[in-house]
Amino acid sequence: MSNKSITLKRQSNIARQKIIEVTTEAESGHLAGSLSCIDILVVLYFKVLKHNPKKPNWEKRDRFILSKGHAAPAFYTVLAMSGYFPEEELSTLRKIDSRLQGHPDCKKLPGVEISTGSLGQGLSSATGMALGYKYDNKEGQIYCLVGDGECDEGQIWEAAMFASSNGLENITVIIDRNGYQIDGRTEEVLKLEPFESKWNSFGWETKEIDGHNLEEIQKSLQNSRGRRVAIIANTVKGKGVSFLENNNKYHSKPCCREDCKEAVDELCKKLELME
Amino acid sequence: MNLKSTRDAYGEVLVEIGDKKKDLFVMDADLSMSTKTCFFAKKYPERFFNAGIAEQNMIGIASGLSKTNKTVIISTLAIFAPGRSYDQIRNTLVHSNCNVKIVVTHAGLSIGKDGSSHQSFEDIALARVIPNLNVIVPCDAIETKTAIKAAIETPGPYYIRLGRPEVSYINNKDYKFSLGKGHILRKGNDITMIGCGIMVFEMLEAAKILERINISAEVINMPSIKPIDKDLIKKCAKKTGSVFTCEEHSVIGGLGSAVLEVLEEEKNIFLKRIGIEDTFGESGSPKELFEKYGLSAAKMAENIKKYVN
Repeated sequence: MSNKSITLKRQSNIARQKIIEVTTEAESGHLAGSLSCIDILVVLYFKVLKHNPKKPNWEKRDRFILSKGHAAPAFYTVLAMSGYFPEEELSTLRKIDSRLQGHPDCKKLPGVEISTGSLGQGLSSATGMALGYKYDNKEGQIYCLVGDGECDEGQIWEAAMFASSNGLENITVIIDRNGYQIDGRTEEVLKLEPFESKWNSFGWETKEIDGHNLEEIQKSLQNSRGRRVAIIANTVKGKGVSFLENNNKYHSKPCCREDCKEAVDELCKKLELME
Repeated sequence: MNLKSTRDAYGEVLVEIGDKKKDLFVMDADLSMSTKTCFFAKKYPERFFNAGIAEQNMIGIASGLSKTNKTVIISTLAIFAPGRSYDQIRNTLVHSNCNVKIVVTHAGLSIGKDGSSHQSFEDIALARVIPNLNVIVPCDAIETKTAIKAAIETPGPYYIRLGRPEVSYINNKDYKFSLGKGHILRKGNDITMIGCGIMVFEMLEAAKILERINISAEVINMPSIKPIDKDLIKKCAKKTGSVFTCEEHSVIGGLGSAVLEVLEEEKNIFLKRIGIEDTFGESGSPKELFEKYGLSAAKMAENIKKYVN
């Protein structure tokens, strides 16, 4: 089967398998939050972003910043599948001398615009890039993925205010609204709701979507071009594998070898059904 | 005497550089009147952005902006950067090797009456431990201008620490700042004084007092705290055998510590760090505070005398 005929849905499934396998291989990594955002990343990298993996610094590119840097396994998977580096390298995740650090390091890996990992900071960086693009009259859109728990950080809202105050209309923030953070449900740790109206009141257009519906993701990401939009993507932590879904045990823990096999088998069965 | 604050010199040189360098952008966090970035803001409003009272976001915005092929200078008071925005400086700005220069003003005790909440004695220590961050403390208006120019010409992150009060001119107009270089301002054989910023003037005055009691003090201006001039420090320390470091900063982690680190393997060298002992400051005029905290020329001379005889 040629690469072109593989549907987006199949690519998502394959990406999930890789995420599960590489985190098990690394014996660490944030599995569940990678699976909640992978559909968004697959659509973004394979359908929406104007980019050139052979020329990561191409002047006219759109940009993507992973503010929730712990979803590095998902990020690296789409970067590898796009051709930024060989897919075999994914197995070096979190290992000594690897370019695939626990959290994205822009000095090491092509395709990483800026280092992230300490939460709450990526949206400011993305906003700074949007400001630079606006000044230069560049067409590109800046996309930034933040976690819902990450929105506890005040800096997210400082950046949100700055973007609207400066009239930026080339930035899309996608919030991976999986409902959990390390210590439990977001609404139990620190209430985010009413979440959409918070973004509205900070001067952003908002759109709530099903963060696993590929067409809906694509439409909302494409429609946000040339605007300042916060997309609240409702997602499921651990999405795609029955025993991982909404199981916060896997926030920062991978599957053991046996569970990895079971998870990959389950995904393979789903893939066969897509034939 | 002809006086100018380092922050005023900074404000002026930004306007000068901004004229030719069109990719230079400046940000502030609602303190542009104090930091003097207001001069640039007035002349080039399209290249000035105010983050509001949000230092952490300012670091991030500047970092992102720099990644679109721009040189970005950001300013606030020393107490807020790195203090208020440490993680952002470490994890976003410096980790990503952003071409951003953090220029802070109102450092140390000489901010005066605002008191301890605004007196930063820890910023050199905090900046110095971040890998790949150059740390500069100019002593006068001339050194400030040349150091800012040098930082802007060199890609990568810088931390430049300026003061609030007017200070005397130490250097002549042809002086050029050079990263990693210190300068002997006064020759002497008995002791070596190494200092930075506002303390350079105080050291030169202290050396005059010491001369009257037959202590010949060598005075070194050390604007480049990181990287530091190891060769000069070692050479002078070996010559006199007694080193006194002088800084408007905590004795923990600042210039004194940096000099101590350079001399750690040297035998038979005495070293005393003069600075703020492990304490918060308080309100008062800069002059009163320098007397009380032992940083005036007279107090330093008195202190040094105890160790020499």
